[in-house]
Amino acid sequence: MSGNELHVVTADTITPARKMMGRGLVWGSAAIFALVATLQTLQTTGRADFEFTTWRPTLYAYLFWATCLCISQVVTRGEQGKRTLFVLPAALFVISLTVFPLLFGLAIAFSDWNLSSPTGRTFNGFDNLRQMWHDSFYWNALVNMVWYTLAIIVEYAIAFGLALLLAGQIRARKFFRVAFLLPLMLSPVAVSWMIGKSMLEARFGPISRLARWIGVENPSFFESPWMAKATIMVLDAWTFIPFMMIMLLAGLQAIPKELQEASKVDGASGWNSFWEITFPLMLPVTVTAVLIRIIFKLKLADIVINTTAGGPGGATDTVTSFIFREYRDRSNVGYGTMLAMVYLVAIVIFMTILMKLAARYAKPQT
Amino acid sequence: MSQQIFHDSDADRGFQGKWWASRIAIYSVLILWAVICLFPIYWTLTTSFKMAPDVMKGNMIPWVDFTPKWKGWEAIGLSPKTLMQESTVRAEFMKRFVNSAIIALSSSALAVALGSLAAYGLSRFRFKFGFMKNDDISFFFLSQLILPPVVLALPFLVLYKELALLDTRIGLILLYTLTVLPIVIWIMKDQFTTIPTELEEAAMVDGLGIWGAFFTIILPIAAPGMVAAFILSLVLTWNEYFFAALLTSTHTSTLPVMVASQTGSQGISWWSMAALSFAAILPLIVICVALERYIIKGMAAGAIK
Repeated sequence: MSGNELHVVTADTITPARKMMGRGLVWGSAAIFALVATLQTLQTTGRADFEFTTWRPTLYAYLFWATCLCISQVVTRGEQGKRTLFVLPAALFVISLTVFPLLFGLAIAFSDWNLSSPTGRTFNGFDNLRQMWHDSFYWNALVNMVWYTLAIIVEYAIAFGLALLLAGQIRARKFFRVAFLLPLMLSPVAVSWMIGKSMLEARFGPISRLARWIGVENPSFFESPWMAKATIMVLDAWTFIPFMMIMLLAGLQAIPKELQEASKVDGASGWNSFWEITFPLMLPVTVTAVLIRIIFKLKLADIVINTTAGGPGGATDTVTSFIFREYRDRSNVGYGTMLAMVYLVAIVIFMTILMKLAARYAKPQT
Repeated sequence: MSQQIFHDSDADRGFQGKWWASRIAIYSVLILWAVICLFPIYWTLTTSFKMAPDVMKGNMIPWVDFTPKWKGWEAIGLSPKTLMQESTVRAEFMKRFVNSAIIALSSSALAVALGSLAAYGLSRFRFKFGFMKNDDISFFFLSQLILPPVVLALPFLVLYKELALLDTRIGLILLYTLTVLPIVIWIMKDQFTTIPTELEEAAMVDGLGIWGAFFTIILPIAAPGMVAAFILSLVLTWNEYFFAALLTSTHTSTLPVMVASQTGSQGISWWSMAALSFAAILPLIVICVALERYIIKGMAAGAIK
């Protein structure tokens, strides 16, 4: 990575006047932004009326400031500024779309705010946290997330098996690759209808028919809590196995052929050579694939919202679908945001530990 | 017939038998999984041509078990008969379809543009914003992937209400760009690091600026990677449901929202639902079949370092 940097030095003469101009540009536009924002705050607090209907002017002032900031980089810093310009737009974009809403979200999280109640937002300190502590449905959803995450082990095993098959000597490889990839393309909402609502339908869904033909009486996939959970897991696995499979396949194809041949010459059986050669070499890819899969899994919601809506009795609820309903059915913005914030903190801690562990165990092998 | 002189030894014949057994096992697993992957799509497509009795009897094969009818497609105004007529359902469907297309295409394009620039910058120059060095900046971008949508959803809902961006395409485009940006940066960073720096150095010696070198030399080389990133973003944004369900209502809701709202209603008519679902997934099926190698390339880029 460090060997790949550009070390071209270009002579730049930047006059003090030019520097001043650049600074003026940034601070001038910042002043305009501050002015507009203050005016709007004055209006919303009711102290003056400038006939703003929305906060749009502030948004435009912010965009203007951001543009000026980018221009001023080139004005004040010349060539170096042009380089900064590669990263700056994306950084500004991400910061303004995540950091501000997150700070804003924190403010919401510590308030009692129901969109349908006429009182509006009132600060209520840690009441939301206290309510969360006693909300058994939220804890239940968190526990469900643990189960859903554990299902990744099975998904990984299947994906690895399929990747091994696809990497082997087979005919019609392209057909199988496209066929195996297709589920990933389908929208979870469509999948929840196609499989969850129609194929698993208790009376005439084809899978229910198959189950009856095997000998299951009254097949129902969403009635008992564990069955429903398992069904959601299978649906989610169906869409996401291709994702892990492709990553693992790429990893398999990057393994030098000589290594496997050498082990074959040395007389290792297929089983041994898999565990001794292939699997250890695949460890870094495995870590990446599983980590990304966990990240996606923690966002699981669409399928749950559209097939079971969390039922029966919250058995299939994910945190996201739970908060979705908290907002949709009860318009409880303050409490919902607090739940989401707690979830975010939990995820960040969990992922940090996981990445640290992964770095420790995966590195020495490579 | 003369006597056969050369025989395979018994050991070899045993080996052959084993080889055949493993072949058969491999192909049966492959075919089984292909059926698992394809059957739901087949089922949806055929169901959209079924009448109520066919659905209840569980007929599977068109022209053998049942005669295909256009009833499901009529329900969304896309059958040959209704295609020429005015149809409110089709207008509704087309509106959602166009919304989805515009939002998915523009947010993917925006993400690829912003992401490629950032990835190029991060792979070529050394930055220092305050305490943040290159690796920290990369991590900052990638860490957005961890951010669950539900954390952003409610603040955005309130924010967009204040900014009059609720139920607008721009609002969704910005948000979708944010969600796919980390993936784009990841793929593109991998792409740019594989391109040797000598290319730009030569171009800059010849008098091009750094941006000129980027656009004329690097961009064409990195184009396949950009296509891969674009398609992956397209898939994710086309299918996105959560934000669309919360932040849009009548004007800009996307196809997934339409599909979801139809399943919610009781007494669903399977044929029309099937037609709707199939119409919603068809564009991506076409993309998958046509551009499969780009998708695989994009996902593989992240896997191997």
